[in-house]
Amino acid sequence: MYKYDEIDQSLVDERVAQYRDQTKRYLVGQLSDDEFRPLRLQNGLYIQRHAPMLRIAVPYGMLSSKQLHKLADIASKYDKAYGHFSTRQNMQLNWPLLEDVPDILAELAKVEMHAIQTSGNCIRNITTDQFAGVAPDEVVDPRAMAEVMRQWSTFHPEFALLPRKFKIAVSGTKQDRAIVQAHDIGMEFYLDAQQQLAIKVWVGGGLGRTPILGTVIREHLEWQHALTYCEAIVRVYNLHGRRDNAYKARIKILVKALGIDEFKRQVEEEWVHLKDAPNTITEAELARVAQHFEPMPYEVLAHHDASYDAAIASNPAFAAWAKRSLHAHKMPGYRAVTLSLKTHGQAPGDASSEQMHAVADLAAQYSFGELRVSHEQNLILADVKLSDTFALWEKARAQGLASPNIGLLTDIICCPGGDFCSLANAKSIPIAQAIQMQFDNLDYLHDIGELELNISGCMNACGHHHIGHIGILGIDKDGSEWYQVTLGGSQGNQASLGTVIGPSFSAEEMPHVVEKLISVYLSERNGEERFIDTVRRLGIAPFKAHVYADKNAAKAEGIA
Amino acid sequence: MSHLITLQADVAKITEDAWQFVALPPSQQEVRKQAGKVVLFKLTGEQTVTPEQIAGTLIPANGKVMVPLTVFIARKTELQARLDQHEVGVWLDTHESLTDLNQAQEDLNALPIIAVHVERFADGRIFSLGTLLRSRYGFKNELRAVGDVLRDQLFFLKRSGFNSFAMRTDRSATEAIASLNDFSQPYQGAVDEARPAFRRYNR
Ligand code: HEM
Ligand code: SF4
Repeated sequence: MYKYDEIDQSLVDERVAQYRDQTKRYLVGQLSDDEFRPLRLQNGLYIQRHAPMLRIAVPYGMLSSKQLHKLADIASKYDKAYGHFSTRQNMQLNWPLLEDVPDILAELAKVEMHAIQTSGNCIRNITTDQFAGVAPDEVVDPRAMAEVMRQWSTFHPEFALLPRKFKIAVSGTKQDRAIVQAHDIGMEFYLDAQQQLAIKVWVGGGLGRTPILGTVIREHLEWQHALTYCEAIVRVYNLHGRRDNAYKARIKILVKALGIDEFKRQVEEEWVHLKDAPNTITEAELARVAQHFEPMPYEVLAHHDASYDAAIASNPAFAAWAKRSLHAHKMPGYRAVTLSLKTHGQAPGDASSEQMHAVADLAAQYSFGELRVSHEQNLILADVKLSDTFALWEKARAQGLASPNIGLLTDIICCPGGDFCSLANAKSIPIAQAIQMQFDNLDYLHDIGELELNISGCMNACGHHHIGHIGILGIDKDGSEWYQVTLGGSQGNQASLGTVIGPSFSAEEMPHVVEKLISVYLSERNGEERFIDTVRRLGIAPFKAHVYADKNAAKAEGIA
Repeated sequence: MSHLITLQADVAKITEDAWQFVALPPSQQEVRKQAGKVVLFKLTGEQTVTPEQIAGTLIPANGKVMVPLTVFIARKTELQARLDQHEVGVWLDTHESLTDLNQAQEDLNALPIIAVHVERFADGRIFSLGTLLRSRYGFKNELRAVGDVLRDQLFFLKRSGFNSFAMRTDRSATEAIASLNDFSQPYQGAVDEARPAFRRYNR
């Protein structure tokens, strides 16, 4: 993974000094709340329900063992010994003290980490596929370009105070796993007819309260121009995006208001002037960064491993886990392994310091000392030998990191919600936990198969509920907490936004509602059809009918 | 004491202000909110200037004056002699258009100073305007940030081509100078240094 040189290091060190000074000025009253807000936000510090929340950047989800050990230590020393991995591949601490943040940043800088631009109205952490570099269907490893873009966007002076936050995702696979269409800018790298690295650029996607999927603004962009083309897009947005209403300030609103053709015309007009400017990426720079992402020193292995096959045959628990948690790898005899942060009954995405230390050790022992955070809020060891998977499983299981539920219903994506977040309409974590307990029977869970369930505590959509096969949104009705259910959303190449099935439910009803949706699926599915495919084939009507049947009946009897 | 920081050959100093800032008289009209229409995006929520305001703007008879863009455009003939004496500068708001400025004044370098007025420090349009003035319009003279100008934006302003900063007067300008150099080796090329780190250093 990328290693800092003096230039990278000086930037994070100077950031610590700058932020220490800003915090000091705030605490002595030389900066007002309003003035300090964008400064702390651009350093990932929110003021939340119980305490500030600090979001630490994990660029495109990559971590080293050393970094994860450090995160664990920081969580122990400055927080309640756990951290939360987010859908944007970052890590959040829920209970740090504002006064301690400069020290936390100094600790992070020691392991080449920071919290720069993890929040606020600026270009945020650039995200990508958690299987980058190891996925068999990968055309281009997007990480080098992601790093080049990270550097470009870090303290970009022109874009320091945009109308609203700005998120970029990149992907280099045929099957999109980075949800590029749900980002302000999405970039899909591919090899063009001349076998040159090229980029398909999407613009104006985003979830939040006005969910919109991005539109292609350019089918073919030569990689050298990635930065200048983004500058053209962000400049048009910076100048013309709305600043009078935070809910209408994202680029998606501008793109929609202007229409993609007019927006594109303005961007291209701007780009005429920016193209070939010094920010054009050089071969040498891409090569310099790319050497940090060279393939690991893999052993030459057979496709099969006898000890693995034997363990699968003799140990059903291991087999169940392996089925969900091992992912294809481009090298024979290797697998990418997902460690689940979705143990039933725990807050999705939370990891204790002890677990973090354990994962860091596992990564060191089995996966070249590196790991990734996925936007599904799990941790991934990307390069594990098939012959090591059994030993890895035993150790992960001892740490509660081996729930065999990856990609299944209980692998819930969930925002912090009302337990932590001051913007929440409703709690989300307890809903996730209740659903996990409802579906605690493993055979049943595996029978239901692949299913994505996403929960957000309000329409800001931090839990990506719009693109969940089943989406749950917390809403506020006369001061009490209710949940609206959507069906048919999905990420990936056929990204779609879910449809609301009808009136909302109380918290107690939710596990039962999900149960009913599943029962419709189980009785209607054709063969191997996944939940989402059944929803697509049948539409929401039969699901709706079944879920509301009791309610309607109850109403008819005058009970409700 | 002056709150004006100027950069001369990269050295920041507190200097006396030679320019008189000419403000528009307050408008009698209600502020237009929520323009909604696409063409009005730039103006959304901002005040538009009325002909009465332009006519009623008092321009001091002597000395160097920095006038609002709308006044400059409408009353240029009246200012022409002083313009020739290099005694007229222009300031614009962040929602105003550089095309308008350039149409009224083809040779921007005839203006000894252009200022961008930022009403709220969090309005980042100022950075794009500075960048465009320097890189697109080739403006070489004094480029000043005025209004809600605070220390923590100085580094970005400098990188966007500004070389003078009228700091908000309730804060220390002397202390603010340090923030011009918050970062020593920025990654990306910008106005002050067009080459990104990867072209400046053999990394
Ligand atoms: C607890 C403190 C948090 C607060 C106050 C917060 C606030 C917000 C707000 C206001 C938005 C909407 C922005 C907009 O649409 O313009 C948003 C979006 C988002 N948040 Fe959070 N958030 C928090 C935590 C999280 C966490 C923990 C995650 C990851 C699990 C997360 C992931 C996201 C994502 C992915 C979006 C983007 C939706 C989109 O594409 O528009 N947030 N957040
Ligand atoms: S979706 Fe709403 S409740 Fe959940 S973290 Fe985001 S802002 Fe908070």
